[in-house]
Amino acid sequence: MGKTLFQKVWDSHAVRTLPNGQTQLLIGTHLIHEVTSPQAFAMLRDLNVKVKFPHRTFATVDHIVPTDQFNEPYADPLADAMIKELRKNCAETGVTFFDRSSGKQGIVHIVGPEQGITQPGTTIACGDSHTSTHGAFGAIAFGIGTTQVRDVLITQTMALGSLKVRRINVNGKLRPGVYAKDVILHIIRTLGVNGGTGFAYEYGGPVFDGFTMEERMTVCNMSIEGGARVGYVNPDQTTFDYLKGRPYCPTGKAWDNAVARWTAVASDKDAVYDDTVNFNAGDIEPTVTWGITPGQAVSINENIPSPDDVPESERATTAEALEHMKFEARTPIKGKKINVAFLGSCTNGRYSDFVEVARVLKGHKVAPGIKAIAVPGSQGVQKLCESQGIDKIFRDAGFEWRDAGCSMCLAMNPDKLVGDQLCASSSNRNFKGRQGSVTGRTLLMSPIMVAAAAVTGEVSDAREVFAA
Amino acid sequence: MALEKILAVTGTAVPVPGDDLDTDRIIPARYMKCVTFDGLGEFMFYDVRFDEKGNKKAHPLNDDRFKGAKVLISGNNFGCGSSREHAPQAIYRFGIRALIAEGFAEIFFGNSTTLGIPCITVSHADRLELTQLVEADPKLEVTVDVEKQEVRAGNKVYQGVIRESARHGLTTGHWDPIADLLDGLGDVEKTAAKLPYMAQA
Repeated sequence: MGKTLFQKVWDSHAVRTLPNGQTQLLIGTHLIHEVTSPQAFAMLRDLNVKVKFPHRTFATVDHIVPTDQFNEPYADPLADAMIKELRKNCAETGVTFFDRSSGKQGIVHIVGPEQGITQPGTTIACGDSHTSTHGAFGAIAFGIGTTQVRDVLITQTMALGSLKVRRINVNGKLRPGVYAKDVILHIIRTLGVNGGTGFAYEYGGPVFDGFTMEERMTVCNMSIEGGARVGYVNPDQTTFDYLKGRPYCPTGKAWDNAVARWTAVASDKDAVYDDTVNFNAGDIEPTVTWGITPGQAVSINENIPSPDDVPESERATTAEALEHMKFEARTPIKGKKINVAFLGSCTNGRYSDFVEVARVLKGHKVAPGIKAIAVPGSQGVQKLCESQGIDKIFRDAGFEWRDAGCSMCLAMNPDKLVGDQLCASSSNRNFKGRQGSVTGRTLLMSPIMVAAAAVTGEVSDAREVFAA
Repeated sequence: MALEKILAVTGTAVPVPGDDLDTDRIIPARYMKCVTFDGLGEFMFYDVRFDEKGNKKAHPLNDDRFKGAKVLISGNNFGCGSSREHAPQAIYRFGIRALIAEGFAEIFFGNSTTLGIPCITVSHADRLELTQLVEADPKLEVTVDVEKQEVRAGNKVYQGVIRESARHGLTTGHWDPIADLLDGLGDVEKTAAKLPYMAQA
């Protein structure tokens, strides 16, 4: 009987069964950032123990970084203390720190892949739920809490229960103007925000076969929003082509051996899944969230629902969402006036996202009164864009072009909404207060849809705005 | 590291109604710019409890009748969103020692269990009934029995579910797995040695 990638990677990393029945799982790659690590490092000091495998531990700073101030000290003394704490912790323990002076700093889930640290057949943990992103490479990658960060630092392992595997096929072909972001928003609205609890999502089918690595990362990134802690795509030639030559990838004979291992780790053709769901790509439209969970989403041409239009179990949350978003039930999502446009985040802050938006943005201008910011997800993405004049296209259109960081996704740095501003955002969460204002309102959508909203000043169908 | 065995938690309860209460709501990100977990208790559900001027909003968490509660009761998908351990840390430091809900998000469940906070899942109907009992009599002692996987309040007994690995950890005093993980250190090297990428720097 065949195995899934999940089973193969789990089995090769299982150290032993713990007394409580969970597995002591080896974490091959440990990614660190400044928010969820300080208490863990402090626990190591208290216990007077070292980091077990510093060479398998990589750190960056992303959440608190001001995207409009490069030099320290930062205006926010708490943020300044956090970057200095991480720097000190890494220096003391021998952990590699992609500091801002290295030219390699960025959002952790963008840095890992672009440095070739993220590889197929590995286990990857990080104190951040969007660690599921790295599953795009055929890794078991997931978010952990600070105490588990401590466990991994000390033992390179953690206690974890296995997951069921749901195979999600997206069949057929996406229509023009429909992107990877729309695919995952569609999956989440269909399966629900807790549909994936207890599952790893294995994404496949012709649409995923044809996706680039960056598109696969966008989808895997938001697996956790659907409740699935792990989301992955089987590695293939697209994966190997992306990784070849990257700084932390093997070379020569070791590269050939790695590719052979990576090929073998993909799910077997006769693998057995706990559940299979099929989607037809042709059914997927540009999708926009209208509410306060990533599952409260509609297609661009649909109306926002009324509590009477949803199952009973969702009525209270729908009513709460309508009130917070200040939307009237059964009105179109299209045409809602926005105040802010944010392009960036670990979901859509990669080179291809900026290239695609720049392609259509030429000749257009951000609508008057709209604050539009474009935040490259890493210094690598930033440099690549700038070497090709992509930053200039954004600036000419009226976007602010920033330094790399998590920015407006989550309110831990100066990029925040003010009052009840409505933001068209390429990020991954629209929870109340998420973007830094208690009354702030977030609409999640693809980068192209963010650009369309920025240019018209309202939620628009990008296929109409950029028709030429 | 000897931890206490957590067989049951008894105390008064506070209902926090709603589904999909996410970790941003449990602890807003602006309170996470810290290098320790000290003081997080006062910020639990901050924007749910206080308005922008710092005035208390009408909410069970501000209701004096539920002051001192050790048990929190909520809806489905509790703790969804971010993996931030700051969320259960804030809950623990607020004074809560057990959680009853219709469902827990996965990462949150693991983080809470690691801190010794039992998370028991009950049915929608039972959650509603329990909430009514507590609202009618806020001084009612509620027991979350980890061993028996049940909730007792007055003369009512509700059957619930606590995942076996969590139940085992809590009742044997191994809810923080570090001691068990350290026991396996000898095997860690062996497993790592079989994986070529572990040698890569």
